[in-house]
Amino acid sequence: MATQQAPNGTRHNGSDGATHRPMTNAPRSWKGAPEHYSETPDWKDGTTKFLGWFSIGLGLAEIFAPRQVAKLVGISDEDEYVGTLRQFGVREIAAGLGILTRPKPTYWLWSRVGGDAIDLAWLTRRLRDSEEDNDSTKLLAAITAVLGVTALDIIQGTKLTSEKLPSTGHDEGSFQVGKGDDGTVRLEAQVTVGASPAECYEFWKNLENLPRVVGHLESVRTLGEGRSHWKAKAPAGLSVEWDAEVIEDRPNEYIAWHALEHEQVDNLGSVTFVPAPGDRGTEIHLEMEYHPRGGAIGARIANLFKKIPQGALMMDLRRFKQLIELGEVVQSDATASRKMPHPAQPNATNELKSELRAQ
Amino acid sequence: MRANCWEGAKHVKVETVPDPQILNSTDCIVKISTTCICGSDLHLFNGFVPTMEHGDIMGHEFMGEVVEVGKNVKKLKTGDRVVVPFPIACGKCYSCKKGMTSLCENSNPNAHIAAAIMGHSPSGVFGYSHMLGGFAGGQAEYARVPFADFGPLKLPDSVTDEQAVMLADIFPTGYMGAEMCDIGPGDTIAVWGCGPVGQFAIASAKLLGAERVIAIDRFPYRLRLARERAGADITINYEETSVMEALRELTGGRGPDGCIDAVGLEAHTPGLVGLYDKAKQSMRWENDRPGALREAIMSVANGRTVSVIGVYSGFIDKFPMGSLTNRSVTIKSGQCHVHRYMQPLLDRIERGEIDPSFVITHQMKLEDAAVGYDIFTHKDDECLKVVLKTGH
Repeated sequence: MATQQAPNGTRHNGSDGATHRPMTNAPRSWKGAPEHYSETPDWKDGTTKFLGWFSIGLGLAEIFAPRQVAKLVGISDEDEYVGTLRQFGVREIAAGLGILTRPKPTYWLWSRVGGDAIDLAWLTRRLRDSEEDNDSTKLLAAITAVLGVTALDIIQGTKLTSEKLPSTGHDEGSFQVGKGDDGTVRLEAQVTVGASPAECYEFWKNLENLPRVVGHLESVRTLGEGRSHWKAKAPAGLSVEWDAEVIEDRPNEYIAWHALEHEQVDNLGSVTFVPAPGDRGTEIHLEMEYHPRGGAIGARIANLFKKIPQGALMMDLRRFKQLIELGEVVQSDATASRKMPHPAQPNATNELKSELRAQ
Repeated sequence: MRANCWEGAKHVKVETVPDPQILNSTDCIVKISTTCICGSDLHLFNGFVPTMEHGDIMGHEFMGEVVEVGKNVKKLKTGDRVVVPFPIACGKCYSCKKGMTSLCENSNPNAHIAAAIMGHSPSGVFGYSHMLGGFAGGQAEYARVPFADFGPLKLPDSVTDEQAVMLADIFPTGYMGAEMCDIGPGDTIAVWGCGPVGQFAIASAKLLGAERVIAIDRFPYRLRLARERAGADITINYEETSVMEALRELTGGRGPDGCIDAVGLEAHTPGLVGLYDKAKQSMRWENDRPGALREAIMSVANGRTVSVIGVYSGFIDKFPMGSLTNRSVTIKSGQCHVHRYMQPLLDRIERGEIDPSFVITHQMKLEDAAVGYDIFTHKDDECLKVVLKTGH
């Protein structure tokens, strides 16, 4: 989102499109998490941290010095009240620890708001209970103070609730893949093909081959000097187009490309070829990423890419494997149909996909 | 053509559908003479397998005559009489080269659905849900068969349709179940389930040299067939006898050296445990009722193998993992790699070592498929195996 403020400690590509972060060029299966996955974002600003420490301080006081706390807020130090204050103390410490230890303690901030409500109700009852030996001036001051803290809790809670985690800000070491809240669509898949890296690279080095396996692409046309024109399928017969350039090409190892900066679609892609152990052939690691460029059109385009189902890229790579190992893409009665879903029964000829009709 | 289609749980119907056509260059079209209803079709019929759709043609055990071949088919010719293995396998990927054809890496065009449910995808299978490819099945007059040069086995005239069609699935499946037990001299093998696959597991255990085979079921007619035709030495009716106690007694306290689960996900377990599984399955808190599997694990001798050839679809409950680890028990399982067993088992049939048509109890027309499903699922009329004949 163009207006979104990046939280502390997270790297965020933003919407200006000025910097492309490099795609990881090492397959994760054996080199571990790439750098950008190992950052733990911290959403807490100073006020939130203050509320955490405040909770713990107050909680400790309520547990270990409940009579002094009672005196401070103008309540008589009867055993019943001392017990209640100790219980409040436990709650405060839990909230404090929650706030300080969670990277995004939204829940714990709202739990503080709930606790504030309980405190206020309890203090107000003490104030109205005229038979008890309470100091109403001190009680009023305490209620005012709690109201102030409550306001702060609500402000911070609302702030964290409305802030969304960008797709790159995952927990440490995790391999979350998918659709980020900032509109980023990240797809990746792997397959092992029974052929040498050179045989596999041969297919990918000509980007015009990609639409033969990558389902969401309609066409890629090379323009020379590493540049190419891409066309992706969109619903209702529409398409999205952009120009891209190859940013790295190491024969038989790695190819990476990205969309040119002025384009509406910010696309990054890479394919890595790794010799598989034993006689297993070559591991193919394919990554594709789409970022919205900002603006209404950019957001609409990003939505198109969000509709690509998880698992689609896996089937794309399996189609590549079929092309290399079998020389053609395997069809079933259901997948050969132009209309999907189709039951597992033969198609009438005019319902077959065009490439099959042509055969 | 006419074909038996799935039309929702407990409902199949023979309908007129388009004729199959060549879709890939290595396909062939088989004009089906004989096809069967498999016990695993009943799991589809009863609605326990996900990703079925209305209109899916069922059936994965079929044979017939090749009537058309794709342009890249080299060995098979029109007019050849063939039986078709139920897993669809390319013969060229890593798994196929290792002989594990039910794990073919190229034959399931819906692999992503299977992978979402099972972690990784097995091969495609004829007529067995969309997660296994969405291939039209063989309970029909014709079928399109991919990888014609790798799958279908050419048959000699000396072998009847009724014998040959058993090579499509259940004879190899039962045989692989017995083979996975690593049977050695003196071994006792116990087989849970005396359906058609169970009968072949019993017969195969004998072929592979088991000293004794114990068959377990609740239907007297199935136990009788196990004794009289498959070659079981002892039978246990689990509704009358405690299986674990009987097995202990029969094996001097050791337990059977191999336990074969030929029951799968719709096990009937007496008593409270059975009710528990039925309730959880009906509420979709577990996919499968693993009563037979639990008992097989608890029963098997220390250090020996439980071989699972019954079909399971998803997740099970109360799995006796402690028994497995503490007693060095091995579990082996798999959809049968039919391709590697068809020729050797055809040889056994030709040599007269076994006549696999002994399991057939009912033969009817394809048009009557719905009746076949009904009597097979209810075990009416002492039904064990239903064979369907097309009108060709």
